[in-house]
Amino acid sequence: MDKQTGLKLYHEMVLIRRTEEKAAELYQQGKIGGFLHLYIGQEAVSTGLISARLPQDRVITAYRDHGVAINCGLPAKEILAEMLGKVTGVSRGKGGSMHLADVSKNFWGGHAIVGAHLPLAAGLALGDLYQKQDGVTICMFGDGATNIGYFHEALNLSKVWNLPVLWVCENNQYGMGTAVDRASAVSQIRQKAEGYGMTNSRVDGMNLVAVREAAQKILSEIRNGSGPQLLEITTYRYRGHSMGDPERYRKPEEIHLWQEQDPIGIFRRHLLDNGLAVEAELNAEDDAVEEEIREAVIFAESSPEPQAEELFRDIYVEA
Amino acid sequence: MPEMTLIEAIRQAQDEELARDPNVFITGEDVGVRGGVFRATMGLYDKYGPNRLIDSPLAEDSIVGVGIGAALYGMRPILEIQFADFIHPALNQIISEAAKMCYRSNGEWTVPLVIRAPYGGGIGGGLYHSQSVEALFAHVPGLKVVIPSTPYDAKGLLKAAVRDPNPIIFLEPKKGYRLIKGEVPEGEYVVPIGPARISRPGRDLSLFAYGMMHHYALQAAQKLESEGIDVEVVDLRTLYPVDKETILNSVRKTSRALIVHEDNLTGGYGAEIAAIIADEAFTDLDAPVRRLAGPDVPAVPFSHPMQDWFMVNPEKIAAAARKLAQW
Ligand SMILES: Cc1ncc(C[n+]2csc(CCOP(=O)(O)OP(=O)(O)O)c2C)c(N)n1
Ligand SMILES: [Mg+2]
Repeated sequence: MDKQTGLKLYHEMVLIRRTEEKAAELYQQGKIGGFLHLYIGQEAVSTGLISARLPQDRVITAYRDHGVAINCGLPAKEILAEMLGKVTGVSRGKGGSMHLADVSKNFWGGHAIVGAHLPLAAGLALGDLYQKQDGVTICMFGDGATNIGYFHEALNLSKVWNLPVLWVCENNQYGMGTAVDRASAVSQIRQKAEGYGMTNSRVDGMNLVAVREAAQKILSEIRNGSGPQLLEITTYRYRGHSMGDPERYRKPEEIHLWQEQDPIGIFRRHLLDNGLAVEAELNAEDDAVEEEIREAVIFAESSPEPQAEELFRDIYVEA
Repeated sequence: MPEMTLIEAIRQAQDEELARDPNVFITGEDVGVRGGVFRATMGLYDKYGPNRLIDSPLAEDSIVGVGIGAALYGMRPILEIQFADFIHPALNQIISEAAKMCYRSNGEWTVPLVIRAPYGGGIGGGLYHSQSVEALFAHVPGLKVVIPSTPYDAKGLLKAAVRDPNPIIFLEPKKGYRLIKGEVPEGEYVVPIGPARISRPGRDLSLFAYGMMHHYALQAAQKLESEGIDVEVVDLRTLYPVDKETILNSVRKTSRALIVHEDNLTGGYGAEIAAIIADEAFTDLDAPVRRLAGPDVPAVPFSHPMQDWFMVNPEKIAAAARKLAQW
């Protein structure tokens, strides 16, 4: 990793965290309504993973999508505007936090029906196979999603059809309030790929470098015809499932334990220890993020709300 | 009589049914340790333990399927689907299996099953956390579809549903979970599945509604009273099989009918009520049967102004009723 990449990825991780901290604040002030699922603690997963993709690689994920959106290049100000339901938001205020998307950045969206986007990912990958394109579809989902039929159907089909898709399970130890081993017959999600004869691996998701290297290797294998693979990335969400989660299902000590391996702290140390950055440079990135967020909030708060006609727009396209 | 919220009444009904019948158990995502996303099972895990409050993996189709199997065995499962929006993966089990069991076995196999699901908009849930799904199920003979709108009915109807030998889709207006409060008597009672309820007698016009819209209908009726329009409000409560008699008697009295729901208009549940009235009370009508419903758009958008435009509210109901009264 060169210095420039290191600083860029550090910037992205900090940007995700600060955007979400600000979102949580706006939620508590009642400015953001509905449901808000934070990614805090999991930043190294999408940052490492998406840093390894080529422009032709599609990314599709579940509703915990703010970090993925930022890594795919969606501006924080448009993400915050979307959370506030503003017309300047990435989905013109129609979707809100869970349904960010921008196909121009090859980001095929957050999806709120758990597991339902896995077969969609297989279909996108079928497109690349059919059209003889060398893109890989990167499909991200949680541990909980691996218990619904969609996951198993999509894995099986992708293997039988040899689709260029990378299945990425973000195992953050819980599906809502249910610990992995209370809902999944195997506690290592990667084992599920075994049943479909699919190459699989597992990597520490608190370590950006490890995630990035694993993803680079696997993406190039898939691009060279290995067929689908599954990558399990172990991680932890520091916040509740969504805002307002009473978190009766886990102990504060457990959270603290994981917070000691903070992905941003680990990566910061990596950059310093390997001479890729000095303190002052990293602090400058922190400051730049602060400024970006400040401007993003002003942009989002001062943006107009959608007009009534928007309700009836885009139900069909012209035939 | 103690006053309680809709969600508390639902919790209490489940508590009492668990206590009454050892064959009753509850499964669904996060119904146990977490007490349910909307806390409909709060405290029940501690009281009845993990054998009766079973946290399930995230797998709606199998939650329902396993419920059907256990019901065939003779158990009395209560299933929770976290949001009605997530019931769609389970449609096969509900429509193809649960609804047809009794018929295919000439009455030998019964499926005493309750599927609870919070439905409806107005809580900022956006595209996939706001849907109304009643029309889908009210189209399926073999199912019963129940939607309570008051804590009293929620408790009584849910207890009746648990004791009913048939599969029941029990849809709960989630916007009203904490908003709607009402008196609930202590001690045992059930509210029978089937009959509608005239919640406000009137002479000029019949307003048919259910769930959250029933409350809005009452508010609209109150407003119209000051304008000299005397509205009768009927809470349908059981959508399928529907209480034709109460509906027709009301229309025969008022000669005008307005049906309200937040689900979209086309092919919505209101069409069925309109057809029943047109068919069986045509000569009693002084005006066309009218429907006020959510617009025909694919989902409830997130942004607050868009959600507000989508949602039916007391003002919109009052306007529609006023127009109909003047017809
Ligand atoms: C089909 C479906 N069922 C249930 C839900 C409600 N729900 C939303 S997230 C969630 C837990 C998912 O856990 P996981 O896949 O591990 O993702 P995480 O939240 O940990 O990122 C549940 C049960 C849903 N959105 N869709
Ligand atoms: Mg999870």
